[in-house]
Amino acid sequence: MLRFLLRRVVGAAVILLIISALVFVLFYTAPRDPARVACGKVCTPETLALVRQNLGIADPIPVQYWHWLQGVFFGRDYASYGHCPAPCLGYSFINREPVFGTIVDRFPTTLSLSVGSAFVFVIFGVGTGMLAAVKQGKLLDKVASSASLVASSLQIYIVGVVAMYFLTDQLHLLDRPSYTPLTDNPGAWFSGLLLPWLVLSVIFTANYTRMARSQLVESLSEDYVRTARAKGLSRRTVFFRFAWRGAMGPIITIFGLDLGVLLGGAIITEKTFSLQGIGALSVKAVSTNDLPTLLGVMMVAATAIVVLNIVVDAVYALIDPRVRLA
Amino acid sequence: MSTPFLSVRDLRVHFSTEDGMVKAVDGLSFDIEKGKTLGIVGESGSGKSVTNLTILGLHHPDHTEIEGEILLDGQDLLAASERELQRLRGNKMAMIFQDSLASLSPYHTIGRQIGETYRKHTGASKRESRARAIEMLTKVGIPQPDLRVDDYPHQFSGGMRQRAMIAMALVCDPELLIADEPTTALDVTVQAQIMDLLKDLQQETGTSIIFITHDLGVIADIADDVLVMYGGRCVERGTKKEVLRAPQHPYTWGLLGSMPSLEGPVDVPLSPIPGSPPSLLNPPTGCRFHPRCTFTEQVGGKRCATDQPPLELTAGRGAACHLTTEQRAEFFADFAGTRPN
Amino acid sequence: MSSTDPLLDVSGLTKHFPIKGGFPIRRTVGAVQAVDGLDFTVAEGESLGLVGESGCGKSTTGRLITRLLEPTAGTISYRGQDITHATRKQLSPVRSEIQMIFQDPYASLNPRQTVGKIITAPMEINDINPAGGREARVRELLETVGLNPEHYNRFPHEFSGGQRQRIGVARALALEPKLIVADEPVSALDVSIQAQVVNLLQQLQKELGIAFLFIAHDLAVVRHFSQRVAVMYLGRIVEIADREDLYGNPRHPYTKALLSAVPEASADDTPARERIRLVGDVPSPVNPPSGCRFRTRCWKATDKCASEAPPLVRAEGSREGHLTACHYPEDAQSVAAVPKARTASSKPKLDKKTAEDPKAGA
Repeated sequence: MLRFLLRRVVGAAVILLIISALVFVLFYTAPRDPARVACGKVCTPETLALVRQNLGIADPIPVQYWHWLQGVFFGRDYASYGHCPAPCLGYSFINREPVFGTIVDRFPTTLSLSVGSAFVFVIFGVGTGMLAAVKQGKLLDKVASSASLVASSLQIYIVGVVAMYFLTDQLHLLDRPSYTPLTDNPGAWFSGLLLPWLVLSVIFTANYTRMARSQLVESLSEDYVRTARAKGLSRRTVFFRFAWRGAMGPIITIFGLDLGVLLGGAIITEKTFSLQGIGALSVKAVSTNDLPTLLGVMMVAATAIVVLNIVVDAVYALIDPRVRLA
Repeated sequence: MSTPFLSVRDLRVHFSTEDGMVKAVDGLSFDIEKGKTLGIVGESGSGKSVTNLTILGLHHPDHTEIEGEILLDGQDLLAASERELQRLRGNKMAMIFQDSLASLSPYHTIGRQIGETYRKHTGASKRESRARAIEMLTKVGIPQPDLRVDDYPHQFSGGMRQRAMIAMALVCDPELLIADEPTTALDVTVQAQIMDLLKDLQQETGTSIIFITHDLGVIADIADDVLVMYGGRCVERGTKKEVLRAPQHPYTWGLLGSMPSLEGPVDVPLSPIPGSPPSLLNPPTGCRFHPRCTFTEQVGGKRCATDQPPLELTAGRGAACHLTTEQRAEFFADFAGTRPN
Repeated sequence: MSSTDPLLDVSGLTKHFPIKGGFPIRRTVGAVQAVDGLDFTVAEGESLGLVGESGCGKSTTGRLITRLLEPTAGTISYRGQDITHATRKQLSPVRSEIQMIFQDPYASLNPRQTVGKIITAPMEINDINPAGGREARVRELLETVGLNPEHYNRFPHEFSGGQRQRIGVARALALEPKLIVADEPVSALDVSIQAQVVNLLQQLQKELGIAFLFIAHDLAVVRHFSQRVAVMYLGRIVEIADREDLYGNPRHPYTKALLSAVPEASADDTPARERIRLVGDVPSPVNPPSGCRFRTRCWKATDKCASEAPPLVRAEGSREGHLTACHYPEDAQSVAAVPKARTASSKPKLDKKTAEDPKAGA
C-alpha cells in the first residue's frame, strides 16, 4: 500500500514536470515576442528591457525552462524586482509581484467555494440518488430522475443571475455573494458564500443524483447483494453494507476529478458572483496577457487534479481489498 | 411416508416485463422429506432457479405475481412477512449459489461474511461469531482456518470459495439447504470434493437439500429423488433410480441421449433434442415440450399441441406425457438400445 | 501417422507470461509458466482432444497455435512449415487454413453486424472470391451448419445460444480450413444444445476432413469427439493416447483421478470406477513444483518425483502411441479389457451411422 502510494507520488511528480515543460514551451515559443507578451498590455520600453533580461530571452528555451524550474525549488532573483522566494512560479510584471503570492492570496476563495459546494452537492446528490435507487420505478424515482435531467442542462450564469435577482435583490433571503476569510468572521464567510454554493451545487447535484442512482441500481443487482439477503440480513443492512459499498468507488472517482477541476478555478461561477478566486485570476491573466501568472495558475490547477487523483486511488484501495491486496 | 418438511403446491411465478408476462414457473408441486436430497434437473429457462429464489422470498416483489403455496415445516412462506422471512433466511433455510466469486462480497473478509449470519440469527458477540466462522471453515476443510478467516474471497481458489459459501450457508444449522448449481463452475476433481463434502455434512446434520443442476451425472451422485423441469413445469418425478433407470418422459430421454458417456461405444452420434428451449414469454400451448418432441405422432391427433398433459403420480412417481405407460416403456427400450451407453 | 508428415507438429512449445513488479522501476520479477514444453502432433482429418482443469494451459495452447499469442520457446510446424514466429505476411496463407471457434457465442460475435457480414468478413480480409459470389457461399455455409440461409440479414441477438455457436462455426468454415482449434466450443451451451453442436462438428470432421484441436474440460465430450486425447496438468502434457487407451487404460495417476471424478448418470449406487479424491488445489503456475508437477497431490510421489521431471514416454504395457509422463505409472489393464482402437469392425458401422443421420449431408 505504501509502495503503491509512493509510486503514484513519483508518477505524479513526473506528470507535473511534463505538463510544466509543455506549457512553458507552448507559451515561450509562440510566434509573438514572449517578452512583449509577458510584459503585459501596458508596457514601457524600460519594462520591456527588464522583462527581456529577467526572462533570459537570449538563452535557449531549455535554459529558460531550467531557470524557471530552479525558481520553483530554490527561488530566483529578478533584476530590479528583487528576490522571488521558493516556490517561485514566476514573476508577474503586471502585478509586480511573484505569481505564487497572488495565487496564495486568491486560493482561499476558490477553496471555500469548491469545498463548500462539494459538501452540498455530494450530500444532496448522492442522497437523492439513493432514494431514487431504493424507490426504483416509483414516483419518487421518476420525479428525481426528471428533475436531475432538467437541472443538469442548466447553466450557471443564468441560474446564478436569476437566483441573485430573486433570492437576494427581491426577497432578501440571502446575502450578496462576497468572500470574507473564514478565520476573520465565520458567519460572514458562510452567508457570503451560501448563494454561490447553492447555485454551483444545482448542476453538480443533478449529475450526482443520476450517477448514484445508476451505480446503486447496478450494485443492488449484484449476486453478492442477493447472497446477503439470502443470509437473512435486513434490507437496510444489505443496502448500506453491501450495495452502497459497491457503488461508492465510481462516485468517489468522479468526485475527485470534479473537485480537482473546481480547485483549479470555477471561472464562470467566480465571474458571475464577482468572487476573486483562481478562476477570476486566470481570466484576468488572459485578458492582460500576463503569461507568468497564467503559467502559474495552470500549474496550480494541474497539481490539484493530480493530487486528487492520488487521493482517489488511495481511497479506492481502502474501500476495495481487491485493489489493496492485488 | 412421513410428512414433508417442505411442500410446494401448484406454484406459479409470473414476471411482468416490458415485453410481456414471463411465465417462469407454471403450476409446480413437490415435497421434500427431512434429511433427503431432491435433485431438480433442467436447462436454462426451465424455472428451476426462479422456484428456489421464490422459496426464499428473494424475487423482486413489484414485478412478480405468485400463486400457490409453499409450506416450510407447516409455515406458509408466501404469506409470511418480510420480517419473518428474514428470520428464516440463513437460519432455517439457506442457499448456496453457483458463482462463488460474484456471490460473495468482495469488500468483506470471509470470516466476517460467515460470522455475520451467525450474529444476526443468534445474537452472538463479534468474538463468538468469529470463533464460529473458524469452526465452520474447519468443518468444510479449509486449511489453516484461523488464518484464512481474515482473507477476502478473491484470495481463495474457486473450490475454497465454494467451501466457504457452504460454511456460510450452514453456519446456523439450517434444516433446508438450497444449492443452485453449486458445482457447475468448478473443475471435476473439485466438484467431486464439494459433493462429497455436502453428502458428509448432510449425514451429520440431517439437512434437507434441494440440489439444482443441469447435469444428470451430478444428480446420480447426490440425489434421492429427482424432479425434471421443462418450460416452468415439472415433466417427470420419481426416485433417482426410477428416473435414471426407466425414465418416462421424452424430454428426459433426450437429456440422456445428449450426454456422451465415459464408457460404451464411441462412434455412435449423440441423439440430441432438436430445436431450442421455449420462450417463456410465449410458451407453447398444450405440452410445452411438444415442438421439440419426436413422439407427438404416436400420441395421435393434435393432443400434444392442445392439451396440457397432467402429472399423474403413483407413489411419487410419474411423468406429464400423453403417451401411455406401455408406449413409454416400449419407446424407452428402443431408445436405450441405440444409446451410446 | 508415421508414413506422412502430420498436419500440425508442435515441439517443446512454451509460453511464460512475465510478471512485472518491483520498486521503484518495474521489471520482470517472475513468470506464469502457462505452457511448458508441449510435444504433440495432429494428423490430417484427425481430432486431438486437449483436456485438463482450469489453469492447466489448454486455452493458452490453442491461442499459441492460432498465433494469437507469441510462443516463448519451441516450434509449431504446419505442413512442415515452421510458423512459430512467422510474420503476419508469412502467416497469411496459413492463417486461412487454421481457424478458431470460441467458447462464448455471445461475446465472440459483433452485435452490430448481420450474420451475413460476420461470415463474409474472413473472405473479405483474405480477399477470397468464391465462384458464385460471397453471398451464395455464405448461404451455403449457413445451410451446412444447420441454419436457415434466409437468416442472412439477421443480427446475432435474434439467435439462440446454440444457433450463435453455429454462426461461429460457419465463420470458421468460410475459408475452408484444414485445422480448427475449438476452445471449449460447447461448454456455455445447454445439454441438449451441446449435443447438437457436437454432432455438427463431428459431421464436419468426417465429411470435410477437417482436423480439430478440441480443447475442453468435459472428459465425456472429448472422448466422444476426439480420436486421440492429451491430458494436461499445470502446463505440461501428462498423458497422450488413443481415446480407447486413455479412457480404458489410464496410466498416469492424474488421468485416473480425473476420470474417477466424473459423475456418471447411472442409477447404480456403486460407482463403476474406483473413486480417487485429489486433495488440495492445483499449485500456482508461477512457482510450479520441481520435477513432476503433479507430485504435490499424488499418492505415489517419492523423492525421485521431486528431483526428476518424468519424460513423456511409452510405459511398459502401453500400446504404441500411448505416452505417459510418470515415474510410477498405474498398472496396465489387461489388453482384453480395453476395446480395440479403431478396429476394422467399427469403421463400416460408423459410415452407416453417418448415412442414417438425417441431419448429415445437409
